[in-house]
Amino acid sequence: MCRLAMKTASTPFSPYGVLKAMEAMQEGYDGSGLGLLLRGIEFADYKYKKGDPILSGIAHTPQALARVNKFMEDRGFRLNYDHTFDTDLTNIEAKDRHKYFVRVYSLPVSWENYSREKKEHEAMMIRLALRADGEKNGGDLTVFSFYPNVAMIKEVGWPLQVGEALGLNDDRLKARIVMAQGRQNTNWGINLYACHPFFIQGVATMTNGENTAFVPIKEWLSGMNYPGYIGYQSDSEVFAHILHYVVNRLKLPLEAYKHVITPLKTAELEKHPQGEFLRGLRDVCRRLIIDGPNCVMGSLPDETCLLVMDHKKLRPATIGGKPGEWALASEMCGVDSMIPDRDKSLDFQPMREHTVIIPPDRKEYKVWSQFDQFPVPQAA
Amino acid sequence: MVSIRSVPSSPSSMTYHDLPWIIVHREDRCTLCGRCTSVCPKEAIFLTYHRQRLPKLDVFAGQKTDADTRTFMGIRQRTEHTNQCIGCGMCAEVCPNEAIGPVLNSNDHRTRFHTHQAGEAAKRGGRRNVKESLLDRIVFNRISMLTDPALDAGRHEFYMNTLLGRILPPQEYIRRKAAGEWIPPVREIFPFVIGSMSFGALSPNMWLGLLQGVAYCNEVLGIPVVMATGEGGCPPWVLKSPYLKYIILQIASGYFGWDEIIRAIPEMQCDPCAIEIKYGQGAKPGDGGLLMWFKVSKLIARLRGVPEGVDLPSPPVHQTLYSIEESVMKMIQSLYMAWGFRVPVYPKISGSTSAKAVLNNLVRNPYAAALMIDGVDGGTGAAYNVSMDATGHPIASNLRECYLDLVAQGKQNEIPLFAAGGVGKNGNVAQNGLALIMLGASGVHIGKYIMQAAAGCLGSESNRCNVCNIGLCPKGITSQNPKLYRRLDPDTVAQRVVDVFMGITTEMKKIMAPLGRSQSLPIGMCDAIGIDDKDAAERLQIKYIC
Repeated sequence: MCRLAMKTASTPFSPYGVLKAMEAMQEGYDGSGLGLLLRGIEFADYKYKKGDPILSGIAHTPQALARVNKFMEDRGFRLNYDHTFDTDLTNIEAKDRHKYFVRVYSLPVSWENYSREKKEHEAMMIRLALRADGEKNGGDLTVFSFYPNVAMIKEVGWPLQVGEALGLNDDRLKARIVMAQGRQNTNWGINLYACHPFFIQGVATMTNGENTAFVPIKEWLSGMNYPGYIGYQSDSEVFAHILHYVVNRLKLPLEAYKHVITPLKTAELEKHPQGEFLRGLRDVCRRLIIDGPNCVMGSLPDETCLLVMDHKKLRPATIGGKPGEWALASEMCGVDSMIPDRDKSLDFQPMREHTVIIPPDRKEYKVWSQFDQFPVPQAA
Repeated sequence: MVSIRSVPSSPSSMTYHDLPWIIVHREDRCTLCGRCTSVCPKEAIFLTYHRQRLPKLDVFAGQKTDADTRTFMGIRQRTEHTNQCIGCGMCAEVCPNEAIGPVLNSNDHRTRFHTHQAGEAAKRGGRRNVKESLLDRIVFNRISMLTDPALDAGRHEFYMNTLLGRILPPQEYIRRKAAGEWIPPVREIFPFVIGSMSFGALSPNMWLGLLQGVAYCNEVLGIPVVMATGEGGCPPWVLKSPYLKYIILQIASGYFGWDEIIRAIPEMQCDPCAIEIKYGQGAKPGDGGLLMWFKVSKLIARLRGVPEGVDLPSPPVHQTLYSIEESVMKMIQSLYMAWGFRVPVYPKISGSTSAKAVLNNLVRNPYAAALMIDGVDGGTGAAYNVSMDATGHPIASNLRECYLDLVAQGKQNEIPLFAAGGVGKNGNVAQNGLALIMLGASGVHIGKYIMQAAAGCLGSESNRCNVCNIGLCPKGITSQNPKLYRRLDPDTVAQRVVDVFMGITTEMKKIMAPLGRSQSLPIGMCDAIGIDDKDAAERLQIKYIC
């Protein structure tokens, strides 16, 4: 089964430590792939300017790279920094990897007056257009993210080996949040887009387990005709889209995510202080109810991190750490590997009703129970 | 040779070999008690004297040959059309000595050419008499073998209820909630609904038994089962009782029973579950309801506001309306208004290639609470044979195309589709129901199955019994004759209703657990099902398995 490791710290750190945590949990996966998301980026060779979008992906051929260059130039993006990975391609299973890119751009002048929402929408459309361009050209271009402060890498192979092949142990690339997933190839074919974490407009999640309610959820999300709700090479991609839908589109607080994916029963809602609102929310978002078994880890643009379980708590997950530095993993040995010198009495394994939230200040993590009230002043 | 005129033959005369059911009687076992002849609803058998010649063949004695005769009592089968055996088997049920019973005639019986009698086309109650069921062939094959631990049907908690009511798009819900605007009423119900069978079609004891069983399921077991009335109103004591909340009241083109309902509104203790507007019925599309005069008793006449003993055919269309669009607009809103916009109102139509057009009309109406589609295998209390046999649309493909139409519009959560027509026709009720749910239904209605399982209805797809129309139901389920319906004990019906729903609940868990589903009803989970017929798989857009 898939293994998840995630670390958030006030001081940027190398993603290699998180990959080592994946290695600690190696018994649980077959090493068919690695997905990595870095948020709160710090480059050793370049001073990143807040707000500049970072394009991450793989050009499988020189032609694809040339098309990316032209596409971005045509739209007025200026390339500020192109991170060079110290790659050893002999250690990569796939043979069609021309260039892994993590590139920092300046926004076009014409975007200056755009609202944040519009900028995010346009950036998403750029990512989707590049993805479509790759698909149109026989899959020679893979684009994972185009968003400020976020870089993503996905590759087929054993996670630590992939990390070493990309030179991620050279400390030239650091981040305040690293999400990593060691992928088990289950019911969907190996496809780079099928690797977790999944990303849409700054919202990212990764999951272990199987999403048995995938088809009805996918059909409903697809039916919204929202441009970003595409893909679904993995049954877990919908978790990211649901989080995006709840937070960005319904504009509900993060706590509502849990109520959407695993709502309480009617009898429980009758006793809940916001039961009436939540019952209605459950009805209107009925198609987004997941059925597990899953553990979902996520992060948001403001560097908030979260961890939620399926309704029956059929997957394990642990959070542990210390103020300023927290690790989340699907196995406790993963947490041990990321932050060994912690007070283990602070470790917590969320149960079915919990959402663990680590606010951007990272001083402590909050455990919020679904049975508790949460702030929705207008609606509830 | 005897003369032609002396052969007792007319075009419609039959021998017992020509009948669909042949009574087999064992004279060696018969005690001549006469119970079979008195219980037979069709008076198809009679006790009579028989004379048998016993020839004396003692030719070698040189005496003149002679014969004795023996006279004895025995059972004989009538061959007149009106007295044809219907195969109900009540004779076997009452026989103390297992001496009698009907057997299905395996020959091509001739009666099928003589069903039209006295200027009347043949009518019957019951069913379509087609044994095959496409739903029976659907299997659940996406078993969650990868992600242990799998769910445990016996120990885990399952949430299997469904919603009946107009569901808003999430953004609109949040907006209206914040603005304090009207949110359409939504009921949380068990996905197997007891389908529309009217007080009139069913006997008072059957109705009482069903309602008792439904109330027990809700109040003791916590299974929110609801039942629909069919056209013909509802007994006043039910209208003013707290049990009304378990009842879907139906209004149809005859508006039978609605005087009583409207008058009772001020005295209602609770709102009904929902209002069903019947535009069509799967068993007899394009035909209105029909309660034949046999069943219009004093009580039924009073409830429906009609004279006793007259046929009550509802018109095929709602006479006051011009089109389905107008119906949607006027009737749905009027009925919402009657209960202060607190009760969901939805139409029921017969399965049809035009179902999608109706559905799209409902999508644009902000009040329509659901759409109920009744397929060709639906049952009825009375219909012309030709309507039942030859008109209609199978439910599976009709439902599926409607669901996929909603999916394409992203509206599948807004208008729940309910499906009916042949659910459990061969006894596989939970399997049939969940197959339809995975094809896109939010729930199913079951009528015939409930009559068979909860009240022991004798009807079968071999045209057994199926005389619901003429009030002769030998089990007292569909009769208004107290002599017959006294045979049915409401308490035992209630007990069976409870058994049925507890059984369905367990079977649903046994289907859902291996699929890894427990948190919500797997509506539209088409990746979980397959069928061993390539064409059907293609039409339903599910997997072909072999």
